[in-house]
Amino acid sequence: MDVLALLIPAALLLGLLGLVAFLWALKSGQFEDLDGAAERILFDDDDDMPPPDAR
Amino acid sequence: MADAALAYGPAGDTAVPEIPAHYVRPLASGGAAVHFVVDGVHCGGCVKRVERAVTALHGVTSGRLNLSTKRLAVCFDAAQIAPGAIAAAVGAAGYGARPFDPQSVQTQAARDMRDLLTALGVAGFAAANVMLLSVSVWAGHSGGMEPATRDMFHWISALIALPAIAYAGRPFFRSAVRALRAGAMNMDVPISLAVILAAGMSLAETIAGAKHVYFDASIMLVFFLLIGRTLDMKMRGHAALAAQNLLALRAQAATVIEDDGTARAMPVEALKPGMVVAAAAGQRIAADGVVLDGQSDLDTSLITGETAPRAVAPGAGVYAGTLNISAPLRVRVTASDEDTLLSDIVRLMEAAEQGRDRYVRIADRAARVYAPAVHLLAAATFLGWWLVGGLAATGALKIAIAVLIITCPCALGLAVPVVHVVASGRLLARGVLLKSSDALERLAEVDTVVFDKTGTLTTGALALAPADAAAPSVARAAMLARASNHPLSRALARAAGPGPVADQVREHPGQGLSGEIDGVPARLGSAAFTGADAEGAGPQLWLRWGDAPPQRFAFTDTVRPDAAEVIAWARARGLRVVLLSGDRTEAVAAAARAVGISDFAGNLLPHHKIARLEHMAARGARVLMVGDGLNDAPALAAAHVSMSPASGADISQAAADLVFQGQRLAPVAMAVDIACHSKRLVLQNFGLSLAYNVVAVPIAVAGLVTPLIAAIAMSSSSILVTVNALRLRLQKAGVEAES
Repeated sequence: MDVLALLIPAALLLGLLGLVAFLWALKSGQFEDLDGAAERILFDDDDDMPPPDAR
Repeated sequence: MADAALAYGPAGDTAVPEIPAHYVRPLASGGAAVHFVVDGVHCGGCVKRVERAVTALHGVTSGRLNLSTKRLAVCFDAAQIAPGAIAAAVGAAGYGARPFDPQSVQTQAARDMRDLLTALGVAGFAAANVMLLSVSVWAGHSGGMEPATRDMFHWISALIALPAIAYAGRPFFRSAVRALRAGAMNMDVPISLAVILAAGMSLAETIAGAKHVYFDASIMLVFFLLIGRTLDMKMRGHAALAAQNLLALRAQAATVIEDDGTARAMPVEALKPGMVVAAAAGQRIAADGVVLDGQSDLDTSLITGETAPRAVAPGAGVYAGTLNISAPLRVRVTASDEDTLLSDIVRLMEAAEQGRDRYVRIADRAARVYAPAVHLLAAATFLGWWLVGGLAATGALKIAIAVLIITCPCALGLAVPVVHVVASGRLLARGVLLKSSDALERLAEVDTVVFDKTGTLTTGALALAPADAAAPSVARAAMLARASNHPLSRALARAAGPGPVADQVREHPGQGLSGEIDGVPARLGSAAFTGADAEGAGPQLWLRWGDAPPQRFAFTDTVRPDAAEVIAWARARGLRVVLLSGDRTEAVAAAARAVGISDFAGNLLPHHKIARLEHMAARGARVLMVGDGLNDAPALAAAHVSMSPASGADISQAAADLVFQGQRLAPVAMAVDIACHSKRLVLQNFGLSLAYNVVAVPIAVAGLVTPLIAAIAMSSSSILVTVNALRLRLQKAGVEAES
């Protein structure tokens, strides 16, 4: 049972990591154009997102 | 796409349009940003073309088009390029661009959506981790887990679930408190009660070191219901977005001529009586006023439903929204009087909207029955076990809470949003924009369809009457007509096909054309211009060639290609079809005959149309109104549900619940089909939820529910209704074949 002391924090940490990644993606506007994101992956060249106050 | 390019006037004849300064915002990083709503974008290729056109401009640092919202954000250096040139570049790429102010449309809804998504993320994280621990505990029940280990798992679950519920459950708690304060009852009251009681009871059980806790059920409930809530919000957000993009249509700039003769762009809202505005050929007139200078023809079909252009000269009154066809005009803006046509229409519309019954959505109607029933059931269970069953109060309470958890409308919360999101996605893919989310439910109840004529049943484009098209003089008249942009001339030229143009053609705005054919002077235009005795009604042109008596050409409005088909479809479905128009009765009768409608009326003013709709509604009819003109707007607002073509007046599109694109009328039939189909699915989903309750509730009331049973029952019923809703997507082919 000693292994639980390691595994449970590890599981929680991984889950937390996923949550933080999701919140970061949400904050940086990656969920604002889901239709566009599906198409942009096919574009040859990459372009940067406009600065946050221009969106 | 062809008409989208016309958003800034016919190609080539206007200078770069100026954009009022308040649309441009300075950026913290230097430079400036301007936002546009772009028309006609529907794929990745469009996105690429628009962005490439914009970023290729000198002075533009970045341009990004959002395909979901059709909004373009451009960062540029104001010293190097004017925002008008950016709009022109988008126009040159084949799309229409209208500026809009993102601050004015930055609504509460966008912030709410972000809050919901954050809550969803937190609930998802918590639900997954708590479930991980719960499954271990359930496995441990048979595997001999030590009580100390089980208690530790319960404590860790509590540590994760309680803060997560407190955070992610807020949307439900807030709504429940609001409802209770107002003395009302909604679905969120039993939800909040179940979630809070389950969490509270589980905490007490954890402290007591008991065997069963319900943290997983509690947080999973929040997670599933948040999914439903988010989908519902997304749907409403989509509807609000469509309405906002339409509003940007109205925010076009007017060109004001100052006293010293300089021209200046100004937002239409800022126009004041007494100002002089210029309207180039091909532009819409910005405000009600009186013509000061210039002679031209106006296309008033959107305003009055009349198809023939109206000639105007200095002193004539003009209405906002009419299209100036032949020559530049200067208009003095008159007082925004209570008597103007537009304010009349707006007043009628507001009255109609107030009179409209406040529609209660299916889910809310279900909640009105469901919520009290659930509470009564839980209370009865508690009293039954306590008084009759001889259990201690705490034991009876535990069973009553289990009943609340099991009956919590998890599937019900998903049943409607999932169906509606799938339906609106399908409608959008076929060019139909759903502007309010309950319109789909109202559309499914329709038993009467009322059409407008001009621009709705017909395309609003004139064509030469078949009887006149065969006349030998058509070829001669077309030689003059080819030189003009007047709708009647263009219709004549279209009927004659390609050919030569007469010599020395001159256009006399508001009157007609003059020129020489085979060396003989010829005139084409109004009866007065050609010296004919006016005869007959309706749009017409006269040709005078040399000394021969003037010859008449009559024009008719062309019926949409599939109008008769759609009318037949409506008949087959048992819908009553009515045609109400503001046009002359003879023209209405002709159109009604052409498409097979026997119930029609012409010469109707906007308040007549409303009176007819109210009369029908009073007799219990649920009317779908389809119309495009400004004169239809009040009727659109008054009807049970309404549709407007995308070519209609802005105000009509704003008043309608659905807006459809394209030359065909089939989207009307398709929308009704999809609405009926989704209603069937929603009812099926309610049935499934009910069936689940019929099975699960007796188990709960009997006190046999363990956390494992609750988890299985809840997730399986949720998955079942979601999969059932997705059938709307699978049955694509079937519905299309029907319509």
